[in-house]
Amino acid sequence: MNGVRFDGTALGVFAFFFVLITVLGFVAARWRRGDLSHLQEWGLGGRRFGAFVTWFLLGGDLYTAYTLIAVPALVYAVGAYGFFAMPYTVFVYPIVFLTMPRLWNACRKHGWITSADFVEGRYGSRGLALAVAVTGVLATMPYIALQLVGLEVVFEAMGLGALGIGRETPLIIAFVILALYTYSSGLRAPALIAFVKDAMLYITVIAAVVIIPIKLGGYGAVFHAAQQAFTARSGDTGILLKPDQYWSFATLALGSAFALFLYPHATTATLSASSPEAIRRNAVWLPVYSIMLGLVALLGYMALAAHVDVRNGSMAVPALINASFPPWFAGFCFAAIALGALVPAAIMSIGAANLFTRNIWRAYVNDGLSDAQESRIAKNVSLLVKFGALLAVLYLPTKFAIDLQLLGGIWMLQIFPAVICGLYTRWLRASALLAGWVAGMALGSALAWQQGLKPVYTFVFGDAHYGIYIGLLALALNFVVAIVLTPAAAMFRRDAPADQTQAIDYEDLAAD
Amino acid sequence: MQTLRRWLPLLLLIPFVALLWVPFYNRTQPMIAGFPFFYVWQFSWIVLAALLTWIVHRGWRT
Repeated sequence: MNGVRFDGTALGVFAFFFVLITVLGFVAARWRRGDLSHLQEWGLGGRRFGAFVTWFLLGGDLYTAYTLIAVPALVYAVGAYGFFAMPYTVFVYPIVFLTMPRLWNACRKHGWITSADFVEGRYGSRGLALAVAVTGVLATMPYIALQLVGLEVVFEAMGLGALGIGRETPLIIAFVILALYTYSSGLRAPALIAFVKDAMLYITVIAAVVIIPIKLGGYGAVFHAAQQAFTARSGDTGILLKPDQYWSFATLALGSAFALFLYPHATTATLSASSPEAIRRNAVWLPVYSIMLGLVALLGYMALAAHVDVRNGSMAVPALINASFPPWFAGFCFAAIALGALVPAAIMSIGAANLFTRNIWRAYVNDGLSDAQESRIAKNVSLLVKFGALLAVLYLPTKFAIDLQLLGGIWMLQIFPAVICGLYTRWLRASALLAGWVAGMALGSALAWQQGLKPVYTFVFGDAHYGIYIGLLALALNFVVAIVLTPAAAMFRRDAPADQTQAIDYEDLAAD
Repeated sequence: MQTLRRWLPLLLLIPFVALLWVPFYNRTQPMIAGFPFFYVWQFSWIVLAALLTWIVHRGWRT
């Protein structure tokens, strides 16, 4: 069984939802109407999304199609280790609860749109802001490309190859549609689409985790069958972790959690909330999505128990869907996953466009931009970013995007000291932070490269192996450099450049 | 009461301890509804962490 099934009904259902979403994407421009020639409106939805809309927007943004395909693929391949995604999503929200309302308050007060705007205002350093912006753009590009990979496996599972259209045509069509409605509606488009997409995703997941185990004889039988499949294989696999995996499991979860809200797409969706209270409420309620992610991860075991045999782990879930559901519902599920690619891809391209326009173009090329010009450039950059991602997926090996995305996570962590510590103190000097960033980026990239583009570096003490997430190692060096160089920088230049923020800017307004 | 409220956010450290202490929950037994303990523990902490966040939030507001 190769997991591919061509069926007219499935394709019809899929096409129906795709058209529905396209219409919604364009209609979104009129939703909570604002002047879309202002970047604040196009790129942040006018900061008018309440807790409820933000919940859908962030949920649709963070739990991407790639996640929905890659997490069960990893579980299908290695077992328990793939579940590091669970502690990861548990760690994220307490961090968001504490830090993001402060960022929101400061940005709202000063009309800032990106985290790099904040860094520039806080430290008075364009160089540091540039480092933050470049990191964000670099890390986001491969992430967008991976959303396309999510689309690609869905198209493959629906057997579009049998129709005689190559892999390029459906991808190009999907991306042109995405590019057009993002261009015309900005952040409102993914926010509105997220409602439909998430509802479909919940239906898909609930159906899958109820119906499939019944067919397979219950969860006990699923775990048992999965363990047997792993026993037949060799290596560090199984439904429990090997002692050698403890440290890498824990540090991957922790490091990924610290990195997540530094990504431009997460920051963009957070800053578009209407109040800090909306963000805090989301920190309480977004874990509902984490439960769904955990259930999705279990699909990897169900695929093993159902004897789904695919060479490419990414096909595990699509193949399982084809094997378990009638065509009409399979088409529905595939539409849910495909739309799961389009929502984050739109937000990511908007986040990257905001950074490029505000902190690279305006800061270094033309600082006399009018609001309308700024918004126009951001729209064009969002097109360019998506076009680049499309070319990358069509002409470069998929592994390239996956490797770059992995590096992207390591890079993203390196702006933690500047952004997150900056929310609490500006004791660290901009020049020291910049030096720390350079050191962290260099060490992180070098270690990952030396490990053959693996995220974990293994320390060996005698018989004991301790795998540590490279992003955290690089962050540790980053902190050491920044802390050690700060007193030196202070000696060299007694008074730091002016800080545009005051302590009160980080607190909620009394009216809230 | 005021000092108690100041320390309330420390509750948010508990999920980190619970899930970073991997050897503690990397086991099959006790099993619940066919789920090995490893999975029961992780799913439980998604809910418990949200609950703790909610408590901290309530404590701050009032």
